[in-house]
Amino acid sequence: MSRVGVFICHCGENIGRTVDCEAVAEALKDHPGVAVAKDYKYMCSDPGQQLVKKAIEDNDLTGVVVAACSPHMHEKTFRRACDQAGLNKYMCEMANIREHCSWIHEDRGEATEKAIDITRTIVEKVKHNKPLESIRIPVTKRALVIGGGIAGIQAALDIADGGHQVVLIEKEASIGGHMSQLSETFPTLDCSQCILTPRMVEAYQHPNITLHTWSEVEKVDGYIGNFNVKIRKKARSVNEDLCNGCGDCQAACPAKRIPSEFEAGLGKRTAIYVPFPQAVPNIPVLDRQNCTLFKGRRKGLAKVACGKCKEACLKGAIDYDAEDTFVEEEIGAIVVATGFQLYNIGREQPEGLKGYGEYGYGEVPDVIDGLQFERLASASGPTAGAILRPSDGKEPKTVVFVHCVGSRDPEKGISYCSKICCMYNAKHAMLYKHKVHDGRAVAFYMDIRAAGKGYDEFSRRAIEEDGAEYIRGRVSRIFRDGDVVKVWGYDTLSQEQVVIDADMVVLATAMRPQDGVRELAQKLSVSTDEHGFINEAHPKLRPVETNTAGVFVAGACQAPRDIPDAVAMASAAGAKVMSLFSADELEREPAVAIVNENTCIGCMNCAKVCAYGAIEQREICAVDGHVCGHVAYVNPGVCQGCGTCQAVCPSKSVELQTFTDEQIFSEINALCYWE
Amino acid sequence: MTNVAYYPGCSLHGTSREFDESLRAVAAELGIGLTEIADWSCCGASSGHTTDHLLGVALPARNLALAEAQGFDTVVAPCAACYNRMSAARLAIATEDGLAEQIPDILGHPFANSVHVHNAVELLHDASTIIEEKVAAALAPNPLEGVKLAAYYGCLLVRPFEVCGYDDPEQPTSMDDVINACGADDVDWDMKVECCGGAFSVSRTKSVLRLGRAIIDNARAHGAEAIIVACPLCHSNLDLRQKAMAQRGEEPMPILFVTQMVGLALGLAPVDLGLGRHFVDTEPLIARLVQQAAERVAAEKLAKEEAAAKAAARAEKQKVGAAAGTSGGAEGGEAQ
Repeated sequence: MSRVGVFICHCGENIGRTVDCEAVAEALKDHPGVAVAKDYKYMCSDPGQQLVKKAIEDNDLTGVVVAACSPHMHEKTFRRACDQAGLNKYMCEMANIREHCSWIHEDRGEATEKAIDITRTIVEKVKHNKPLESIRIPVTKRALVIGGGIAGIQAALDIADGGHQVVLIEKEASIGGHMSQLSETFPTLDCSQCILTPRMVEAYQHPNITLHTWSEVEKVDGYIGNFNVKIRKKARSVNEDLCNGCGDCQAACPAKRIPSEFEAGLGKRTAIYVPFPQAVPNIPVLDRQNCTLFKGRRKGLAKVACGKCKEACLKGAIDYDAEDTFVEEEIGAIVVATGFQLYNIGREQPEGLKGYGEYGYGEVPDVIDGLQFERLASASGPTAGAILRPSDGKEPKTVVFVHCVGSRDPEKGISYCSKICCMYNAKHAMLYKHKVHDGRAVAFYMDIRAAGKGYDEFSRRAIEEDGAEYIRGRVSRIFRDGDVVKVWGYDTLSQEQVVIDADMVVLATAMRPQDGVRELAQKLSVSTDEHGFINEAHPKLRPVETNTAGVFVAGACQAPRDIPDAVAMASAAGAKVMSLFSADELEREPAVAIVNENTCIGCMNCAKVCAYGAIEQREICAVDGHVCGHVAYVNPGVCQGCGTCQAVCPSKSVELQTFTDEQIFSEINALCYWE
Repeated sequence: MTNVAYYPGCSLHGTSREFDESLRAVAAELGIGLTEIADWSCCGASSGHTTDHLLGVALPARNLALAEAQGFDTVVAPCAACYNRMSAARLAIATEDGLAEQIPDILGHPFANSVHVHNAVELLHDASTIIEEKVAAALAPNPLEGVKLAAYYGCLLVRPFEVCGYDDPEQPTSMDDVINACGADDVDWDMKVECCGGAFSVSRTKSVLRLGRAIIDNARAHGAEAIIVACPLCHSNLDLRQKAMAQRGEEPMPILFVTQMVGLALGLAPVDLGLGRHFVDTEPLIARLVQQAAERVAAEKLAKEEAAAKAAARAEKQKVGAAAGTSGGAEGGEAQ
């Protein structure tokens, strides 16, 4: 016979205001199987917990029901108290009479009735609870960081400095990400490369970090603490062990006019190239799409069309026949830091987005985006830091900066604010004025969003000290008129139309998640939002975790982020990984499905519906060892306890340990039988 | 032969008769049957819909209902304002609560909102393959071959996108496609969808002159020989007011309706297309284009003849050479 203790919490006024807690205790006192029912002002307080513990000891309780708040809030608290009092902690359940009752009702009488019903159902459930043990799973103490931008580098360094192995992978030829392309950074105007490249080198040389550049995640299996990750190392055509980074191959390459991705199309590179001089690792890749030799091969030419780089390489590091290779790594935790890309602006748009044809981007050479301006302003850029416009290399005397191109424009498919543009526009205006003293910098803005330490002061400085002209309003059209770029806009403060004869226009385009992030998210079983940004587990309380245990997120792949945010997130994700790695085993609640192998017919319907890939087929052997059938097996490390398998099982052979059919039917019965 | 209902609206019966004339001429040539909606009334542009929303929907709805009752599923409304009002009414009835029930009550007869609304550009765009075929098959040389024309859409033809929805609202290309179908070259210019000043032509003429000048100057700067329009108001602002815009004695810029352009390409007579009704004289342009076309055809013919003659001469020479070669081969054979 069960002896259940029922404890009703007033939660101060939260529950007590609408629910007559004493009446609930009184009603439950006579419920079959209830040994004791008490109410208390704050059950979660220390005296409250003592009350529960004492009742367990005094009445030798077999189960505990705490009628209070949501189990998300205090289930752990009360289970711990039960554990301390010698009762198996899974014999303790919460009856949610706050979120599900007192907070949403007004009538005290009815709310009290409902609170009684809720508590009764849980009492009936607890009667069928069985003592369970927590699941323990081993942890591989090696982390995978996907993406080698500033966020990925930071996370990798933090984890590696904490003494754990890190595998850092980057799809480009060098780590560094977008930050390596920036000239100076707001709000302090430090040189971006000067603060970044030491970190890049540190990550490369760190004994605990294994770096795979020119690589992508091919496949992810497993679960928290026990991932198996297959990494595709794309054919580099250069042997990383032999290459010493001398650069002779680049000098010998005859294809010299390929637009450089690093220079945002403003500079040129060769077909075999290191993206930028400070690249880490300083090992070139061969761009087979643009290589003369490979072009020849694609055309089916019998003779070798080029081969100059191979001739030039004294180390014999170049291998035209290299193929993609695969590396498999055992991983305990994953940090996703795949960063962002810029919105396209022009006509060509991915599905769901629309462009700004009227801004002439891609058609008027002197209309550029923010990243291109960074390259113009960068000391290592195509103009060695001189602000010269792309069309004729002249110094522009009037530059127009347009905020919110794509961002905050639901018409174009992007409703969110890209967060960094107000600040980098102010920075661009400043950098421009610092370099072209007699120049005119005009910015068209919607609002100035400068929330951050020193940010507002910075954007005020652009206006007050450096004399940037800020016009509140949108630009309607940008077109070329002879030598000038005409900008038509509207000043919403003076309510006048504005026409500016600019020499160059810089469009502050929206940040978008990287291409392929949805596919990656699928491989990792994490979700993305409507724009493709990776969803965090909770927007406030779990900002760097995802819904898949053991997968963390950092930087601009989660939402538009500036450098300080991305670094903070990366360190937070690193800390989460370290806390995961702090124990040899992980403890998980036993809220997982269990297969009854005696009745399972091996139809595997459960495996088909399992969203987490937790179910596999197992062979059943007879006494003599020959295989006599198949059954389903639920991997307790992967199972998330959703119960979908339970719903589809035709032979009722799979059940969540914490929500058995028996328990659920008892709950329903409780609602039907007692009035 | 496709049959569509035709809603001319006030402009095409009045100030823009040449749009009506050229549309009818071109439709006949392309095998499109146009039946004017019997008993049509005002579309309610500007004065109607600025007075009252319901009035602004009910007025065009009446014409749509007539077309529906007369058995049509498509109405062609060449005037951009008529087109926009009818499309807007159609959208409002389809999406706004209660309107679908209210409108038949107001009209006094049933209305299922089943009629599609097309403007002249859409109609011609749909027929562009036929236009290409007809232009290719025409006997007279195509006067528009290789001529640079600027497609001017103005505001109401493609905007707002929710109402029109058949082309990009900021960088439309449908009229450019029709220009290309006629064998002419579309001009990539900047003022395709800028405002012509609309009805301010009367109340704020100066503004209209400034706006129109910007449009015409930009078309000229991009090498256009004429501007193609599909809206009576755009036409009148750019054509009627052009004399007042000219500042430095520029060459006048002829403004043609899209239907007139197609008509020219199809070899119809300028007089049948109402090309004599414009304020900016179209005669010099057409004369020049016709002459250019004739010269081009003559030059092509000459080039062809010369090539043929050359080919014949070459064939002759080869024949002689081949004969010599054969004898040479025979000699070789002997030597063996």
